[in-house]
Amino acid sequence: VANDLEAEFRSLMTRGLAGDAAAQRGLLSALAAQLRLYFSRRLGPEAPEVEDLVQETLIAVHGRRATYDRRQPFTPWAHGIARYKLIDHWRRRAPGRDVPIDDHADFLTADVGDPTVRPDLDRALAGLSGRQRELVEDVKLEGLTLAEAGRRHGISEGAAKVGLHRAMKALTERMRGLEDR
Amino acid sequence: LKTDELIESLVHELRPAGAGPQAWLALGAAAGGAVAIACVLTLLGPRQDLADAAGGLVFWTKAGYTILLGAAGYWLSERLARPATSPRGGVLLASAVFTAMLCLAVVQLAGAPPDMRMHLWLGHSWTFCSRAVLLLSLPVLAVTLAVLRRQAPTRPMWAGAAAGLFSGGVGATVYGLSCPESAAPFLVTWYTLGVLGSVVLGALAGRFVLRW
Repeated sequence: VANDLEAEFRSLMTRGLAGDAAAQRGLLSALAAQLRLYFSRRLGPEAPEVEDLVQETLIAVHGRRATYDRRQPFTPWAHGIARYKLIDHWRRRAPGRDVPIDDHADFLTADVGDPTVRPDLDRALAGLSGRQRELVEDVKLEGLTLAEAGRRHGISEGAAKVGLHRAMKALTERMRGLEDR
Repeated sequence: LKTDELIESLVHELRPAGAGPQAWLALGAAAGGAVAIACVLTLLGPRQDLADAAGGLVFWTKAGYTILLGAAGYWLSERLARPATSPRGGVLLASAVFTAMLCLAVVQLAGAPPDMRMHLWLGHSWTFCSRAVLLLSLPVLAVTLAVLRRQAPTRPMWAGAAAGLFSGGVGATVYGLSCPESAAPFLVTWYTLGVLGSVVLGALAGRFVLRW
């Protein structure tokens, strides 16, 4: 999946570099969804800085797009800029703090903000209990580990695992129901 | 401002992307190099035997040393101007060039009569050389940092150091138009020291200047 995304982003980027406004718009919109995920995973989903960082990164990606080498993959390049903006943000807020290592390998994730999927997904999620929905969102959409999601809700990793399993089962049945209609 | 609106405003009347770092760095070096050459010619004057020397191997060994250091710096600057690139090639080139000159210096010192060795090392102008190289590298350093600021250097200190090596190489090459010293022990010490000064200055400046 990551390779498909890489190919798609790269093709949009290449066309955007050539002056194709539609491709550039597509690139920035798709990237915005990825960036929202990337920053909220590291700052918390409710952090008010997330959208600022998304915008700052988009401006940098757009304004400095001439530094992209067309022979090179897109993902590490974009990740480098996002990571730089994140580090810069941390440095401004808390100078001297250690910066966690992260890799571009998990920078792009599938199924983020796909406008055709999201409404169905929301409807299906609406049928779950509050806790179950939160677990699905945290782990499956936001990419937290079970331990992290458990900590967020004050339950053990095991409990999070069981809860998520039940939620996914319920969700599968619910999605099947949506398709039949 | 909503992100969607931001994207609209960014792509409004989109034109093809401009030139990448290579072109800007080369252009900047040409401009800064011209200033340095003008300084050398007006303030120091070219070396008396420039026309004769320029045909010889000794002259080009020296010029080759500083040109290659500058080339490594250009390479590094171009790499470090972009996110997610490896600076390995440039570092290897610079190390190889320095090591080669160091070997030549050792050979020259070993082959010289003992009472000549000090002269090979200090020449006539060792007190002046490094400072002149550093000063002459400043125009290119300033322009290169300005160029890098508009690229996307994600490692500001290293990018600054690369700019310093690039401009140091150019500054040293330009100074070579005026300075008649040619002994390898002299070059590998005092020229290198001047370039190193430029590298350190670039790294320090990069930390502050290369924020974007």
